[in-house]
Amino acid sequence: MDTQNISLLEGRQKQVYEKKADGPQGDIACEKTSLSGSVSQRACVFCGSRVVLYPVADAIHIVHGPIGCAAYTWDIRGAVSSGPELHRLSFSSDLQEMDVIYGGEKKLYKSLIELIDQYQPKAAFIYSTCIIGLIGDDIDAVCKKVAKEKGIPVLPVHSEGFKGTKKDGYKAACNALMKLIGEGSTDDISKYSINILGEFNLAGEAWIIREYYEKMGIQVVATMTGDGRIDDIRRSHGASLNVVQCSGSMTTLAKEMEEKYGIPYIRVSYFGFEDMSKSLYDVAEHFPDRPEIMEKAKEIVRDEIRQYYPEMQKFKAALTGKKAAIYVGGAFKTFSLIKALRTVGMSVVLAGSQTGNKQDYKNLKEMCDEGTVIVDDSNPVELSKFILEKEADLLIGGVKERPIAFKLGVAFCDHNHERKIPLAGFIGMYYFAKEVYESVMSPVWQFAPRKGGAK
Amino acid sequence: MTTNGSTKTAKTATQNACKLCNPLGACLAFRGIEKCVPFLHGSQGCATYIRRYLISHYKEPIDIASSNFNEETAVFGGSHNLKLGLKNVTQQYKPQVIGIATTCLSETIGDDVPMILKDYKAIMGEADLPTMIFASTPSYTGSHIDGFHTAVRSAVQTFATGGAKKNMLNLFSGMISPADIRYLKEILKEFGMPFMLLPDYSQTLDGGPWGEYHRIPPGGTPTSAIADSGSAAASIEFGSTLEAKKSAAGYLEETFGVPRHSMPLPIGIKATDRFFALLEELTEKPMPEKYEDERRRLVDAYADGHKYVFGRKAILYGEEDLVISMVAFLREIGIVPVLCASGGKSGLMKKRMLELIPDLDELEIQVREGVDFVDIENEAKVLKPDFLIGNSKGFTMSRKNELQLIRIGFPIHDRFGGQRLHHLGYKGTQELFDRIVNTVIEYRQNSSPVGYTYI
Repeated sequence: MDTQNISLLEGRQKQVYEKKADGPQGDIACEKTSLSGSVSQRACVFCGSRVVLYPVADAIHIVHGPIGCAAYTWDIRGAVSSGPELHRLSFSSDLQEMDVIYGGEKKLYKSLIELIDQYQPKAAFIYSTCIIGLIGDDIDAVCKKVAKEKGIPVLPVHSEGFKGTKKDGYKAACNALMKLIGEGSTDDISKYSINILGEFNLAGEAWIIREYYEKMGIQVVATMTGDGRIDDIRRSHGASLNVVQCSGSMTTLAKEMEEKYGIPYIRVSYFGFEDMSKSLYDVAEHFPDRPEIMEKAKEIVRDEIRQYYPEMQKFKAALTGKKAAIYVGGAFKTFSLIKALRTVGMSVVLAGSQTGNKQDYKNLKEMCDEGTVIVDDSNPVELSKFILEKEADLLIGGVKERPIAFKLGVAFCDHNHERKIPLAGFIGMYYFAKEVYESVMSPVWQFAPRKGGAK
Repeated sequence: MTTNGSTKTAKTATQNACKLCNPLGACLAFRGIEKCVPFLHGSQGCATYIRRYLISHYKEPIDIASSNFNEETAVFGGSHNLKLGLKNVTQQYKPQVIGIATTCLSETIGDDVPMILKDYKAIMGEADLPTMIFASTPSYTGSHIDGFHTAVRSAVQTFATGGAKKNMLNLFSGMISPADIRYLKEILKEFGMPFMLLPDYSQTLDGGPWGEYHRIPPGGTPTSAIADSGSAAASIEFGSTLEAKKSAAGYLEETFGVPRHSMPLPIGIKATDRFFALLEELTEKPMPEKYEDERRRLVDAYADGHKYVFGRKAILYGEEDLVISMVAFLREIGIVPVLCASGGKSGLMKKRMLELIPDLDELEIQVREGVDFVDIENEAKVLKPDFLIGNSKGFTMSRKNELQLIRIGFPIHDRFGGQRLHHLGYKGTQELFDRIVNTVIEYRQNSSPVGYTYI
């Protein structure tokens, strides 16, 4: 099938842009619901809520609805815990036809009581899926009743799949977290303290980041939600600063905490040497009355980069001139990845995200080289068209993008939530470069049709 | 709820489900039809989660379109979105067939999909449209295996025509691996009788590399062959619990008088003998020498390996039909399947098993339908099996309880090559037998202080 003939769907043209000096200069359309029939790589509202709250390890997460939504999200994220692991279990009210007809409240209530008795969690999150609103279950009332009976927070998460996009799911998750925040004691919290927001401890990344900050003499009150604990979240309003990564999911929460508790926030990224260093400096700058924090930050950056620099040069020598395509969930990560790839000599020919906003895409346009294609809420047909046209050597994405790359004989780096190797922090940049190197330089591609291998 | 005096657990909620939802099975079956795109009528998340899930096993691009419900759709009905989605997917994928399956959402709001499709055809003019197959697969009934069979039956209902009897066989092989499908096709070819195997995802879900992106991967059962199924000499249908009124072969028998020969999945010598005997009868040809050879080698292997496996206790779980056939095989080699469990709930499991293993109760083999992995784990604590046999979903409990896990069926997402595993016929049985024996040997070798080099 000829990729040249692949045309963009009507209703999608404005979500695809190619940076050209003499090309059109309008904004990229974004923050729209996906076009029906377009095979979006996005998921749904429920997915947004589920990924954000998933790493809270001492709570139980109950998916209220038929079995699918719980089954497909069982142990799906590589979010690790240093203690309890309740988040790795999958609980569903598993609604059957009769429940749909007569309502699922009783079943939910009974499920909750039994599960709380069995697992003794610190809290429970109840996710409503598509049909819950339709069948009229009042999950707020059930949650309130159970909370009262069991004496733990039981939080409804209104995440009916069809009621918006993944971003609305983030919001619903942030709403649930907001209900916890402010409930705990802030007694022993230092003035030099932060919360780490939007860091999910995939492959232990939150631990790496936390260690840097602690070395700088900063107290980390709560990480939300990586290696998350209910009690930490409850007292997180005692921190002096919110440090927000994965801006798409957690900026809402940071804004609400600023409004309600007067905690300022900064946006950071832990991917790549440049952004990782900046996220340490930015936090240090927030505490100017203690210059040793900045001193320590500089020392960490110096030591870490010194440690990984020689290896990086090896990767760079091999990878210089290679071309990458990026398609990830949030746009903010794309910026870091472009910089990180430049560190190893690679250019970006395709950049896109599932959930970027107008400002994100404006920034992306400025950052990108001439000829780079930028896409919002793309699909397999478009992605492969541009990967082939632009002759990318590497695709960075998630599980759903991986087989597209491998089918076409293109290297791949998993930068989504199933990754098992930490990519954040200085050491994460080393692992990232190593993974990119190992995939791009693999001899297996010689057999791929696009490299002239036998058909 | 629990039997055999095992630990009492709260059991209203489903915990760590041993089943997936109805639409997943339909999508899988639709992938086995040539030039067909699966299309889910519901939220974007359903399509994306199911894609992700299937990719984790098959490692192939799996495009599933969605009608992408939003709030308005849920209130006013899915007609507009479905039509727009069909139009878009037709434009972008140029399919000959669109396999439409419903979800809990579209079923709950009561969308009359056949009516909408009729309307769509009237508006668009039927001539240029792809053929549309419709399967009703609400996730609040049954499980993925039901969706699979519903889709296969719908495909036959859509395409099959009657007419003069042809010298050909239908084979409805059920939810088996791509490798199993290839092996069955080879057998049928060796018998020299034309055949129609449905669904055939042996290439679409386990194919070669691509020079260009294929909107729809090559392979699948041709629709012309499905059309001929109505005039076939006979149908063979695998599946112990699949009833004629829900099956494709049942429809063909009822509508076109094509005799339906239903039998369990051919795993083990006895079941495979039965399959070959049926083929000999229907084709009026003797079993090709090649398979006599395979059988002889298998009998020989049974003798060589019998001491390793005799009396070992296993817990088996998965789809009911797979479990039933596996149990029959395990009894051939002296393994006691102390628990045979499924998340499915046909109500027929024990009955069908008794037909194959009359001494089931004497052996104290427990059969449990509608269970989850917490139920299975609780039973395991009492039954103390030597190993587990089933899909990757059992890994959590296998690790926790230090039980070896022999991976079969779907999904296998923590080992490589699940799509290439054989289970059926003499060849598949040989492979299973070798793997089981090696599991025992490996355990003995690793747990012995001697470090035997011959074992």
